[in-house]
Amino acid sequence: MDTNGLLEKARAMRADIIEMLYRCQSGHPGGSLSCVEILMALYYKVANVDPAQPDWDQRDRIVLSKGHGCPALYAILADRGFFPREDLWRLRQIDSHLQGHPDMRKTPGIDCSTGSLGQGVSVAVGMALAAKYKKAHYRVYAILGDGEIQEGMVWEAAMSAAHYKLDNLVFILDHNGLQIDGTNDQVMSLGDIVAKFRAFGFACREVDGHDIEELANAISSPEVGRPLFVLAETVKGKGVSFMEHNAGWHGKPMNAQEYAAAMAELKGTHHG
Amino acid sequence: MAESKSLRVAYGEALAELGAHDDKVVVLDADLSHATMTSIFAAKYPERFFNFGLAEANMMGAAAGFAHSGLIPFVSTFALFGTGRAYEQIRNSIAYPKANVKFGLSHSGLSVGEDGGSHQSIEDIALMRVLPGMTIFVPCDPLETKKAVFAAAAIDGPVYIRVARPVVEVITSEDAPFIPGVANVLRGGADVCIIATGLMVKDALVAADALAAKGVGASVVNMHTIKPFDADCVLRMARTCKAIVTVEEHSVIGGLGSAVAEVLAGQSGVKFARIGIQDTFGRSGKPADLFKAYGLTAEDIERQCLALLS
Repeated sequence: MDTNGLLEKARAMRADIIEMLYRCQSGHPGGSLSCVEILMALYYKVANVDPAQPDWDQRDRIVLSKGHGCPALYAILADRGFFPREDLWRLRQIDSHLQGHPDMRKTPGIDCSTGSLGQGVSVAVGMALAAKYKKAHYRVYAILGDGEIQEGMVWEAAMSAAHYKLDNLVFILDHNGLQIDGTNDQVMSLGDIVAKFRAFGFACREVDGHDIEELANAISSPEVGRPLFVLAETVKGKGVSFMEHNAGWHGKPMNAQEYAAAMAELKGTHHG
Repeated sequence: MAESKSLRVAYGEALAELGAHDDKVVVLDADLSHATMTSIFAAKYPERFFNFGLAEANMMGAAAGFAHSGLIPFVSTFALFGTGRAYEQIRNSIAYPKANVKFGLSHSGLSVGEDGGSHQSIEDIALMRVLPGMTIFVPCDPLETKKAVFAAAAIDGPVYIRVARPVVEVITSEDAPFIPGVANVLRGGADVCIIATGLMVKDALVAADALAAKGVGASVVNMHTIKPFDADCVLRMARTCKAIVTVEEHSVIGGLGSAVAEVLAGQSGVKFARIGIQDTFGRSGKPADLFKAYGLTAEDIERQCLALLS
């Protein structure tokens, strides 16, 4: 897919996210919209996955550790053909396989059940270590939220990733700067995030988290002997002007006017 | 007769034997391998042993990652730090997605002894019992510990094996069955039924002997599996005996005593008492002194049985 195609696709994914969240009147728009390009870089550019065989044992593993961003993941998995797009409109409904947070036992293409923040990165460490033990060549990608790295176990996971020299493991931070109660700095300052991961033994890169090419380049070139940390600078609520940079849209349902305004922006004039 | 040994040594030896059969078996520990005795496995299969340092939460998540990759991880640390500190990691990253992770957690119960109340897990069975899909084994001797390890490996899903620290005699036989969820009735007697688990099974047998000498017939049930729970056995005993006494080295809240009470409630009017730790924390002391102080001896069991029957 060329650059224009990817830009169009990103807008379509965002429209699907808004549609899903408006229909179920719950869920997390801000953090879903911020990680669209990160997930697209993985599912359209970098990761070796096969929608026809979601459990193929040599596939790359993708762990959405910030599980509340799953509407973005569901939209992309549907677009890649892991399940029918119509399923999206049943998000969070009884009997739907699309749970409020990712469930690997229900949804094809989900590699790890997440939702309780901090845990997905540890599971990713186990997957990467298992790949080393099995001498398998697949890679493991974990996407973290910035509020999430306040969880102590993220740093336990980071320590173990460096200790075991997991150069088949990539942590990607969706750094939108906001969490439920406000900005990271208001709630619990994260300090120099890159310096911290570097001190823990990671190779570190910083990219524009809404530039798919830049993301793809950064996450697809590992360094031998150590895990990779990619800080993706993003905008919470990206693509819907009144949601952008607004912590209030972390987990708020849209009313009819807000839904119409969001869809008009996403389906209106093409900027590609 | 097989030799007496600590259940943690039996656990470590069983892991090493299991590892010889199956290279999918990997072992994870949190800087306690010389206490949990996973060091026996580590010495034999260093490439399959992963130390996570003092980071139990991360170790549990990583265990799920191993399981999601088709391996069979056995995770060890002390029972308190596994089931307690890392509870929510077990809940959400292992039990919720039905990950094929085994926990061999040692130093459970009061029998840890001198380390005191901060290290004596009196609640681990309760914490694991409320998790849907969790299997719980509480072996009573070295032979049963080995059987529990092999049975755990054969189950697809999370299994908690409660491992005790003290050296204990062998009280079961090589050919005794170990069927998950099926209690072993060790002795028959129509007056009272003593249902015990783990280290307390031996004391239940001693109490039954003492009761027999006084003309009181006591059945003894070895409830080696706490989940899935053998409710049929409990109801059978409630029909054939006049009283039931449960015995565990665990809080009477949430463990074996609670499981039996849940079965009996509304279904049986049999006289019933629970011996265990009575909603209090432990403290330092020699295990034998602690068992006396907390009412967990054969004499305590005998006394409780006679009191219920009188």
